[in-house]
Amino acid sequence: MSILINKDTKVICQGFTGKQGTFHSEQTLAYGTQLVGGVTPERGGELHLGLPVFNTVDDAVKTTGATASVIYVPPFYAADAILEAVEAGIKIIVCITEGIPILQMLRVKAAMVGTDAILIGPNCPGVITPGECKIGIMPGKIHLPGLIGIVSRSGTLTYESVHQTTQQGLGQSTCVGIGGDPIHGMNFVDVLSRFQADEQTKGIVMVGEIGGSEEEDAADYIKAHVTKPVVAYIAGQTAPSGKRMGHAGAIVTGGKGTAKGKIAALKSAGIEVCVSPTDIGAAIKACF
Amino acid sequence: MNIHEYQAKQLFKAYGIAVPQGMFANTSQAAVQVANDLGGEGWVVKAQVHAGGRGKVGGVKVAKSLDQVAEISEELLGKRLVTIQTDHLGLPINSLLIESLYPIKRELYLSILVDRATERVIFIASVAGGMDIEAVAHDSPEQIITVPVHPAAGLQASQCRKVAYNLGLKGAQVKELTKIMQGMYDLFLDKDATQIEINPLIETEGGDLLALDAKINFDDNAVALHSDILAMKDPTQEDDKENYAQKYGLNYITLEGNIGCMVNGAGLAMATMDLVKLKGGLPANFLDVGGGTNIEKVCEAFKLILSDSSVKAVLVNIFGGIVQCDVIASGILAAIEQIHVKVPVVVRLEGTNVEQGRALLTDTGLNIYPAEDLAHAAEQVVALAEAV
Repeated sequence: MSILINKDTKVICQGFTGKQGTFHSEQTLAYGTQLVGGVTPERGGELHLGLPVFNTVDDAVKTTGATASVIYVPPFYAADAILEAVEAGIKIIVCITEGIPILQMLRVKAAMVGTDAILIGPNCPGVITPGECKIGIMPGKIHLPGLIGIVSRSGTLTYESVHQTTQQGLGQSTCVGIGGDPIHGMNFVDVLSRFQADEQTKGIVMVGEIGGSEEEDAADYIKAHVTKPVVAYIAGQTAPSGKRMGHAGAIVTGGKGTAKGKIAALKSAGIEVCVSPTDIGAAIKACF
Repeated sequence: MNIHEYQAKQLFKAYGIAVPQGMFANTSQAAVQVANDLGGEGWVVKAQVHAGGRGKVGGVKVAKSLDQVAEISEELLGKRLVTIQTDHLGLPINSLLIESLYPIKRELYLSILVDRATERVIFIASVAGGMDIEAVAHDSPEQIITVPVHPAAGLQASQCRKVAYNLGLKGAQVKELTKIMQGMYDLFLDKDATQIEINPLIETEGGDLLALDAKINFDDNAVALHSDILAMKDPTQEDDKENYAQKYGLNYITLEGNIGCMVNGAGLAMATMDLVKLKGGLPANFLDVGGGTNIEKVCEAFKLILSDSSVKAVLVNIFGGIVQCDVIASGILAAIEQIHVKVPVVVRLEGTNVEQGRALLTDTGLNIYPAEDLAHAAEQVVALAEAV
């Protein structure tokens, strides 16, 4: 198995005919993902990349039976796009868009309570089950179907972890980029619980960064519920306080959210924390 | 985005939040004029900079005569103020806020912000005003009151009463605090703020509540929606290089080391800085060139890094996912030639077409060191920076 998505997952793209939507949909199709159509208002009825375009997500779902959606719409329209997908019954919503206002995300999260939709992102690379289904902007080529579940707040650090686990010959079961924004969908614990329950996943790489307290929550969860080996890395040990380090969510304020605190929490839960980002692959390899 | 205290207080007034009588001045003559117009026998002269901790370093002073107002204004204007929240160069004082002096009975604390853990807008209040609230939260958490607001319901009067009674307010003061909290909540939502802080909120001898200080931060992701807020931006209070970077879609933060870093992705950029430090060096900056790296961006990134004269060597770390490594390598070569980069540049490339990329960077006659992997790249750049 794998988690969240597999070879049977039918995917649509919101913002399909835009520059980003077009480029990444081409890559996604080339990877073999079952991309079955897309949504762009006022373009319904057209064909794009050989696939049907719909005016609404509702139309797309009814016609194609898609259960997953990837969102490439600009930041001020993305909250609306997420909620449109929720309302249409999409189960896995992957929002790549960076720069959504935080108050809009608060309302989106509150509106999603009580629904069974899962949100990944925003401001994330997406999710991939290697060899089966790629939803997002990650380079497909570096992946290898295999044993390691990867979860990360950072895009390029996900690629680093993928690259290293591929080089070690371990491969990946599923890789989830949960995104660099302070208010986002799936968190570490949501993904970790699925990796723990997944038979294909034999080990887990978790990549955190400064800001917030989700790594600390993950440490508590792993200690209590995860029996598979976990290797962690935390970025931002040298980040100054009060400065937003690229990601809206990566900021140390009032002494909270420091790398030091997160590393201590993970270590006290018995988790191996890599000092260097270059040691991730070797560290997880050593667990087998 | 940050704004000045006097601008924040203008917004407070518009939202019905009581503030001291006062006015902004950018010359000592104007300051005296403001004080004269305000009347009374005492005034506070407050340096307007985008940083807290002004009081402790002489940025906030009491004047007992118009002559003193002139004297203090002369002294502050044009000077740079170094506080606990600035770097060692401090921020320029280009304007002042002159306010009437109020007899203070009590200092309280009130703020509103987004709480990541609960995913709610919350109010934080405390009887321990005028102090570092983080220290209060750490040392005496029982003095902190928090009230989460549900986005569908909005702020309730009962929540305001809860805060008021916990702060020891009564009668008309409860209504006054309710008005202040409602004003803060409306302002927060209308203008996409990420934090509004009143520290201190004072109770005067007469029992009135006034926002003696005012600090507002706005969501950088939303500020384009608010032209009135954008017009309050003061570039003199921001790092020139960080402003320049913004223009080219680069994420740049000045640090105090001598190794320039250019990386794609915020997480990898932080990890690269950490690795440089781990190998015994000190990063001169954080720089995320973003996902879609092109030649123009790489050129601008080099210009930014090299405008810092303390930079002795540069580490370029690009994980080429969608963008191919040979394309990036050509971009780096073009940038180095175009802007005559003299310091050694260590380049670590990984991803699609990595072999072709590395080949392009080998034997160029330029001061470029292609690295096999990231760990070696970091070691090499630290050694090169030390050798200079």
